[in-house]
Amino acid sequence: MISLEKRPTPSRVWTYATPFLAVALTVIAGGLMFAALGKDPVAAIRTIFYDPLFDPQFAAYSRPQLLVKAGPLILIATGLALGFRAGVWNIGAEGQYIIGALTGAAVGLALYPADTRMIFPLMVIVGALGGWAWAMIPAILKTRFNTNEILVSLLLVYVAENLLASMAVGRLRNPEGGGFPGSRNLSQWDSAANPELIANTGMHWGVVAAFIAVIFAYILLNRHLTGFHIRLAGQAPRAARFAGVEPTRLVVLCLGISGALAGLAGIFEVTGPAGQISIDFNVGYGFTAIIVAFLGRLHPIGIALAGLLMALTYIGGELASFMLGIPAAAIQAFQGMLLFFLLAVDVLTNYRVRLGRREASA
Amino acid sequence: MDLSAISPTLLVASLMVAATPILLAALGELVVEKSGVLNLGVEGMMITGAICGFAVAVETGNPVVGFFAAALGGALLSMIFGVLTQFFLSNQVATGLALTLFGLGLSSLLGQGYVGIKPPSTPRLDLGPLSDLPFVGRVVFGHDWVVYLSLILCVAIWYFLRRTRAGLKLRAVGESHDAAHAMGLKVRAIRLAAIAFGGAMAGLGGAYLSLVRVPQWTEGMTAGAGWIALAIVVFASWRAGRVLVGAYLFGGVTVLQLNLQAAGVALPVEYLSMSPYLITIAVLVVMSARGTRRSLGAPADLGKQFHAVH
Repeated sequence: MISLEKRPTPSRVWTYATPFLAVALTVIAGGLMFAALGKDPVAAIRTIFYDPLFDPQFAAYSRPQLLVKAGPLILIATGLALGFRAGVWNIGAEGQYIIGALTGAAVGLALYPADTRMIFPLMVIVGALGGWAWAMIPAILKTRFNTNEILVSLLLVYVAENLLASMAVGRLRNPEGGGFPGSRNLSQWDSAANPELIANTGMHWGVVAAFIAVIFAYILLNRHLTGFHIRLAGQAPRAARFAGVEPTRLVVLCLGISGALAGLAGIFEVTGPAGQISIDFNVGYGFTAIIVAFLGRLHPIGIALAGLLMALTYIGGELASFMLGIPAAAIQAFQGMLLFFLLAVDVLTNYRVRLGRREASA
Repeated sequence: MDLSAISPTLLVASLMVAATPILLAALGELVVEKSGVLNLGVEGMMITGAICGFAVAVETGNPVVGFFAAALGGALLSMIFGVLTQFFLSNQVATGLALTLFGLGLSSLLGQGYVGIKPPSTPRLDLGPLSDLPFVGRVVFGHDWVVYLSLILCVAIWYFLRRTRAGLKLRAVGESHDAAHAMGLKVRAIRLAAIAFGGAMAGLGGAYLSLVRVPQWTEGMTAGAGWIALAIVVFASWRAGRVLVGAYLFGGVTVLQLNLQAAGVALPVEYLSMSPYLITIAVLVVMSARGTRRSLGAPADLGKQFHAVH
């Protein structure tokens, strides 16, 4: 008989150890999945985790991609983690990401073909505001009408996707694009481009913003009263209310920050790696960021590391699909599995596992 | 634009078809939530059911077997959620999200070889002269068996929850797991059974999408249907009868916007396509503005972890 005994405080050791344990278990389970698909599991895992970084043939291309992919993931996940800590569930980051990209790009395109570097910062600000405004919808509905923010923020993703489709073939379509859907290429227009800052590193302004966001989130959570309120509201909602924490303010703050950061990620993506507004420029960073937030244990530094690891699975997944013919969907399932294992082993942090019969007096 | 091209008979008939996947999934989630568990993985279970049902129906050539496989697939997937939340005491919101993310990946992995294939058809039941009656014949007697199954299940679930001892036990677990545990009810076992049932129902709903409503397999084809099912449970104040109303209302909106698209309304297609989601949000707002979750009928221990000390 195995039983669980609640720990008085979460175990420090397991807090740090569980993400590693979860990754190890996922690699084993993933290997089994690849074997079931008829692929050599060792080669698959090696192609996903090792080759993108160290293979002489691919590393030159793959290494810069690491930051390109990790940037938006870290940016979005940092914002989401603040909310998750406070018990505010924004799962519509994908929508805020799209709207940020749309609003920012729209402002830039309205000024086309002006030749001034001031356009890019303007687009970034408007993009952040766009994501913020989109996140304010669930925030206001939650605070005014007590509507469930999980459902509203998620449903708004589908609204945003339809809006994107409409814009890519309508208002924002490139007038010189021969009728093809998609906007002008922003990355090739100097005034709006988000270029690689240091050659062959993948470092662009979005990555810079991601690391700034990590530092700010760290300071906010550890050195600031608001951060304390966020943690308190999540861990002990009743105590938080007695301590004078306003839930309304926290909901607006958490959804606002995460929306703005997702919007930022969106505008940096369309001005840089994606290059233009197209029907499917969004590749699900908003959803993967949820996994990143949990893998990083909702801690800013952890999220930075988790974002890099998750970016590696994206790049490794592409490489594995190219080299070994492993379907791209397998990587998505792999990422989902990682979240399962994380949630499962988390029990070790909060509970002690006891073998043998429980005592009646317990 | 020619609105007279929209036939009311066909509109009502196709409304029922459009509503059925969501009705099935929402009824399953209703039972799950009544037992005090919030499973946000409906979308993932639906899409897994959609591909399991589709693949098995194509391989066996029998859609009925396909629906069984879909229910089984949905239930199996839901057991991941069940084990994690009931035995590993994981956060239900996060685990439900994980189930959706994993289900979306798994389904497109399973569906690799099935894109662009036509499934064996699920015919309308032929009820003889009844089906030939004007309007009523098409609307009431002109559907496939799954539509009727969903209606029967709606009544059965109402009866189960309200009128049977087992249903009372399930509700007791949802209202207060500690009290239920003290009374000697097996809280975990009851919740696991409810979760499996919810998974099976979501799987059936998904299979109805891929085998009847569309009928085809495309990645991500559920397009938020699982989330709308979750919203409908809230809309319905956790009552089976109102789940039916909510699902049919939603089906009506979906079908109407599709008809308007076909009739060539001056609005861009994308704006019509987003309307079901917007209306779902609007309905959620109206419902939540009327009172707290508790006063609307949400089970008291919904989403709470159960850890028996004794």
